[in-house]
Amino acid sequence: MTGTSLKFTPRQIPAYLLALLLVVSLLAPVLPLQDPLAMDTAARFAGPSAQHLFGQDEFGRDILVRLVFALRNSLIVAFAAAILAGVIGTALGVLAGYSRGLTEMLAMRFIDIVLCFPPLLLAMLAVTLYGPGPVTLIPVLAIVFVPSFTRVAHASVLSVRSQDYVEAVRSMGASNARVMFSTILPNIAGPLIVQFSFTVAVTVVLESGLSFLGLGVLPPAPSLGLMIGTGRATLAQAPMLLVWPCAALTAMILILNAFCDDLRDRLDPKSSKIRGQ
Amino acid sequence: MSISETATRPGLSISDLNISFRNKDGWTSVVRNLGFDIAPGETVAIVGESGSGKSVTALSVLGLLPQQSTRIEGSIRLGDRQLLSLSPKDLKALRGNEIAMIFQEPMTSLNPTMCIGEQIAESIIAHRGISKAEAKVEAIRLMEKVHIPSAARRYGEYPHQFSGGMRQRVMIAIALACKPALLIADEPTTALDVTIQAQVLNLIKELQEEEGMAVLFITHDMGVVAEVADRMVVMYRGDVVEEGTTTEIFANARHPYTKALLSAAPQLGSMSGSSNPQPFAIYDINTGLAAEASVLKSTVDTSEILLDVKDLSVRFPVQQTIFGKVTARVHAVENVSLTLARGETLAIVGESGSGKSTTGKLITGLLHPTAGKVEICGKPMRIDTRQSLSRSVQMIFQDPFASLNPRLTVGRAITEPLRIHKLASEKEQDEIAASLLTRVGLSPEIAKRYPHEFSGGQRQRICVARTLALKPSVIIADEAVSALDVSVKAQVVNLLLELQQEMQLGFIFISHDMAVVERISNRVAVMYLGEIVEIGPRAAIFSNPVHPYTRRLIEAVPVPDPSRRRDRHKIADSEIRSPVRPGDYVPPARTYREVSSGHLVQDAGPEWAA
Repeated sequence: MTGTSLKFTPRQIPAYLLALLLVVSLLAPVLPLQDPLAMDTAARFAGPSAQHLFGQDEFGRDILVRLVFALRNSLIVAFAAAILAGVIGTALGVLAGYSRGLTEMLAMRFIDIVLCFPPLLLAMLAVTLYGPGPVTLIPVLAIVFVPSFTRVAHASVLSVRSQDYVEAVRSMGASNARVMFSTILPNIAGPLIVQFSFTVAVTVVLESGLSFLGLGVLPPAPSLGLMIGTGRATLAQAPMLLVWPCAALTAMILILNAFCDDLRDRLDPKSSKIRGQ
Repeated sequence: MSISETATRPGLSISDLNISFRNKDGWTSVVRNLGFDIAPGETVAIVGESGSGKSVTALSVLGLLPQQSTRIEGSIRLGDRQLLSLSPKDLKALRGNEIAMIFQEPMTSLNPTMCIGEQIAESIIAHRGISKAEAKVEAIRLMEKVHIPSAARRYGEYPHQFSGGMRQRVMIAIALACKPALLIADEPTTALDVTIQAQVLNLIKELQEEEGMAVLFITHDMGVVAEVADRMVVMYRGDVVEEGTTTEIFANARHPYTKALLSAAPQLGSMSGSSNPQPFAIYDINTGLAAEASVLKSTVDTSEILLDVKDLSVRFPVQQTIFGKVTARVHAVENVSLTLARGETLAIVGESGSGKSTTGKLITGLLHPTAGKVEICGKPMRIDTRQSLSRSVQMIFQDPFASLNPRLTVGRAITEPLRIHKLASEKEQDEIAASLLTRVGLSPEIAKRYPHEFSGGQRQRICVARTLALKPSVIIADEAVSALDVSVKAQVVNLLLELQQEMQLGFIFISHDMAVVERISNRVAVMYLGEIVEIGPRAAIFSNPVHPYTRRLIEAVPVPDPSRRRDRHKIADSEIRSPVRPGDYVPPARTYREVSSGHLVQDAGPEWAA
């Protein structure tokens, strides 16, 4: 695992692409890019040029720059929401699965209640009450995805807790907290990481959906959902205005899933043998 | 079946069999130049340890090895048919009809959603094409034949309602549905309790006599071989090292490996006359010479009591009404009292459901008793003292792989107890891990590797090293050597004895294996349905068992000596009873009488009157 060679393999492509994506989105404000909000009404719907590689939109703004900032917004919202949901959900699930009894009953029934609300509906409700914008969006999306983490963590804990090594650590005198977080947690990390990737991808879609409806990121700030929404209106004049954000969204989700799939294999100490490493 | 019919049944003949598996570096040979014959009505045992190629041979007879990645050369003939050249379709017809197989784990071989009777009937219909009603009659007849009590009533029951031994009987009934010419039994009794094992072996012999089939028996247990086999083939890493009649090989083994295997097979009664534990003689597999087995001095110091258990009981509710009233309970441990002195080994023996493992968990504080108390070195084990007392009492589990966290390297696993109790710095931990690994006979360099890279015996050594990290005074070994190959088992037992000599450890050795228990223990406690029925010095228990259950247990142990084969008609088809009792059950008051000094026997209740 630690001794993985630095030799380039096709399996590492998603990791490099994701790294590129993250670096570009994080550094977007300091990169020598144009202002994503700067309008140039004279060049509305202008095609690709040396200055504007992907062309310009209905207000003459640079599409490539806007895409970069849109990805940045999407990723910030998605990662923040997924991390928040992951931490809360996993803690709840591990606690429920390990302590059983009343704690388990309360935690799991609470999760079932949250699960009853369709995610989009819950998000729309919160946005209607508290107003749109990332500050509302992140906690709402986190709540929506807590149940999936809790369920995955709970089910994995149930299968791991009966293993002899858990019993062995307890017989060595380990405290409950130690058993839960340093013995059980690393052994259920695989499914949780996959759940995390899934959550990030779904959050990106949900965030885009809300922005598309005008309930997420507010214009003029760039967002993939917003760009798709406005691109739809001008489909006849400039189809590429719709194609670019759609392609960016698809590519990002594919990269995320491929990366996390690979990560799960790497995190499993047994799989290095299977791969013939 | 008449004798004339028996004579026409085909036998199995294997010659020059070579099997290789493909892996990424090419072909690995797993069985080389294997050849033997089984006549109708005869039993041949293939004996060997893990990786000897014995199960692969069985699968090749059935044509069940994956075709893409296996190369089979040579000849396997059933009667006058060459099995290796049969088409997959013909092979399919052959399986079940003429060759049947029973496996080690009867639970996983049965469909949990189908009732037992229908599973037997299904196989009859598939092979004989008779009507459903006829098949049901036939299935009940078969169930009676394999001695399933009240067969007609149990026809509609499901696999989970059957005990392990009864499930294996069902598997045998399915295997026999079409009167096969050859029965392959792959470790059929390894997962069963001794008394049940004796019954199942008995049943296989009986059915073989009736049906005149050839039996290929695969096992690692020399006791079982001596019990059932007419002839035996000893395999070692894919090669046949010795072949001959069972009596001949047991009396006069020629190959060093066979000698090593035979000497490692624990033999009940080999210890009469000595009162201390005694290590196994370890034979060198290449030379066949025995290393000098040292005679151990007594380590027992009765002035220091390490462990004192008084009137311990634990009950678990298994069924409740919606108002919370318990209607059924498992009386897992009932009024158990025992003590352990410094340097002493107390063995707890019993079969499944006897409460022996639960007793071990109660002592380590993994479970909390319903009543009674456990004192370790004079301090009571309670919820609040469990963490500090765990430094004095450590546990070794049955499955060494499952008891090692797959995410920790060996070194980290061994030093985990030190980190839990915050006893050593990172650097000290590395040194301790290295010295403990050396102590249990492993190289300190392996500390950086993961548990899955090691064999079962090595993993169990790692587990032993881990229990030593805290320098405990009591070690509870729960079936610690039961899952290991015989020769490895002998080595681990010897290691435990050595450590006891050196550190004056007290062992609670929980096991169902009477022969190993005889070697390792100073005293023995026999448990049955949660109660201790007999406890006393080892020699007294083995030479003068008083309680009817102890006698039954000792009689059921297969003896690795074909000349002492048991009279089969003596074995009763009794099941191990379940410790589940109704909610209002009050356990009877038990009285114990002292047979000789320290040898206590429970007065047998009315259920033992016979």
